[in-house]
Amino acid sequence: MRHPIASYTVLGSVLLAALVVPWLSPYDYATPSWDALDLMPQWADGHWFGTDDLGRDLLVRLMWGCRISLLVGVLASLTSLVIGVGWGVTAGYAGGRTDAWMMRAVDVLYSVPFIPFVIVLTVIFGRNIVLLFVAIGAVSWLDIARIARGQALTLRQREFVEAARVGGMTSAQIIVRHIIPNLLGIVVVYLTLTIPTVILIEAFLSFLGLGAQAPLTSLGVMIAEGAAQLRSRPMLLLQPAVLLAVIVYCCNRIGDSLRDRFDPASLQDRGSGHG
Amino acid sequence: MGAFLLRRLLTAIPTLFVIVTLGFLLLHAAPGGPFDGEKAMLPEIRASIEAAYHLEEPLPLQYLRYLGQLARGDFGPSFQYRDTSVNELIAQGLPIDLTIGGLALLLALLMGIPLGVVAAAKRDTVWDRIGVAFSLLGISIPVYVTAPVLVLVFAVGLRWLPAGDWGGGAWRNLVLPVVALSLPYIAYVARILRASLADVLHAPYIRTARAKGLPWRTVILRHALKPALLPLVSFLGPAAVGVITGSIVIETTFGLPGIGRFFVDGAFNRDYTLVMGVTVLYGVLIVAANLVADICYAWLDPRVRLE
Repeated sequence: MRHPIASYTVLGSVLLAALVVPWLSPYDYATPSWDALDLMPQWADGHWFGTDDLGRDLLVRLMWGCRISLLVGVLASLTSLVIGVGWGVTAGYAGGRTDAWMMRAVDVLYSVPFIPFVIVLTVIFGRNIVLLFVAIGAVSWLDIARIARGQALTLRQREFVEAARVGGMTSAQIIVRHIIPNLLGIVVVYLTLTIPTVILIEAFLSFLGLGAQAPLTSLGVMIAEGAAQLRSRPMLLLQPAVLLAVIVYCCNRIGDSLRDRFDPASLQDRGSGHG
Repeated sequence: MGAFLLRRLLTAIPTLFVIVTLGFLLLHAAPGGPFDGEKAMLPEIRASIEAAYHLEEPLPLQYLRYLGQLARGDFGPSFQYRDTSVNELIAQGLPIDLTIGGLALLLALLMGIPLGVVAAAKRDTVWDRIGVAFSLLGISIPVYVTAPVLVLVFAVGLRWLPAGDWGGGAWRNLVLPVVALSLPYIAYVARILRASLADVLHAPYIRTARAKGLPWRTVILRHALKPALLPLVSFLGPAAVGVITGSIVIETTFGLPGIGRFFVDGAFNRDYTLVMGVTVLYGVLIVAANLVADICYAWLDPRVRLE
């Protein structure tokens, strides 16, 4: 597959805009402005996307939404990377009965409905953005664990691992120095496919009112707000919806192409079933 | 076959056990109880209510009591809806979820399979590219976006269909929820089938069929399609999970009285028994979907023996 240059460009532009626009704009995402309620898009005041029902600049809010979505996407994916690689490498390197039991646990967890648990978690422990990405990361590490385990299983039979063992390295040292660096490449490729999934979960929770809390916003929050005012101002829904779709599309596209490039063994298309 | 079913059911037990235990611990770790929202209660009344729900007992005892109840198929009384058992709430809501979820999956197969076949048959042509792009788009646009947009276009704009409400299950009320829920799955099904069919088409027996002079249409429909459906069957488990989470959104957007609504309300109101009941039910549904998937898999692929 060719490099999806368009996707890289678009995603890069969105990222850049999300970083730069709130910083350049005279408006911020939180302060209501009572003389600028529900403005249509206009050039005069610099409200290029108009304002919402509290007079807050929509462009700035959208860009903050992107920041939060991407931040949660990356941080939650990193959480799942740490848990997944830790679990998978331990299982794969240990092998035998330990491996069997650890992977059996992963199989069991695969059929646990996680979204309800994340909902319960966020309800119980308050709507804290840090907790949110830890919770999402904690439930999306299973794929990574399987891949890391498979890699560790083959890596541990390679000569350089044997040499390290003969040289007197402990298992922990071998795992950290030799196994993990060698499987990180393929794992990171799959991580690019975790990011869009995680972004969608965050938006889903925010849509239900369980994600980012006012005045902070995220694309999911803005979609929920827009859906509520659908009849009067459909743009309020369409703007964040299009932005979310574009981000997730580009991430998926990039992830797909990286996977096809670096992991020719798995051309199969695995579906991950979330809404 | 009987032994296979029995063993699969036995392996489902640890899964359900994990779900129940995790849910129980989480809910009881929650600060605040189900009756905190009420106006100030006399301590005696509070104590007697808590005694009625066994909330004053030590946690392990409550846990065992709950397991015992579940073993008898009893989810207990709801905290929030007084005088109603969780079983009754589920009995009210579940038919709605099953109708919408089932129809959505059916629609996903009916639309997704032809799309996947066309994409694989016309591989590396413009049609294939368009199909791949569209299916990736379908995966990237979540249900909570498509549902309001569909409402905007077909209910608010064109006024063809109602914007929400169950309406006793009339087909006009069903169309938008089912279509919204199925769109991502149409995309998934098409994607998975395209990849697996493309794989199968490289097999030697396909070359033999072609060499015999069979037209492509026959080769694909008669020889290649059946083995290519296998990955789709294993997708049934994850798809069931997705339809469940999707239905939570669908019920919120369209105002349908299904169990997803009960679940979200229950979580906000700390209705322990309701939330637990729905979570366990979700677990059972997923386990059942996986079981059905395994049986279909063995039926489609004689190499997999049901042992």
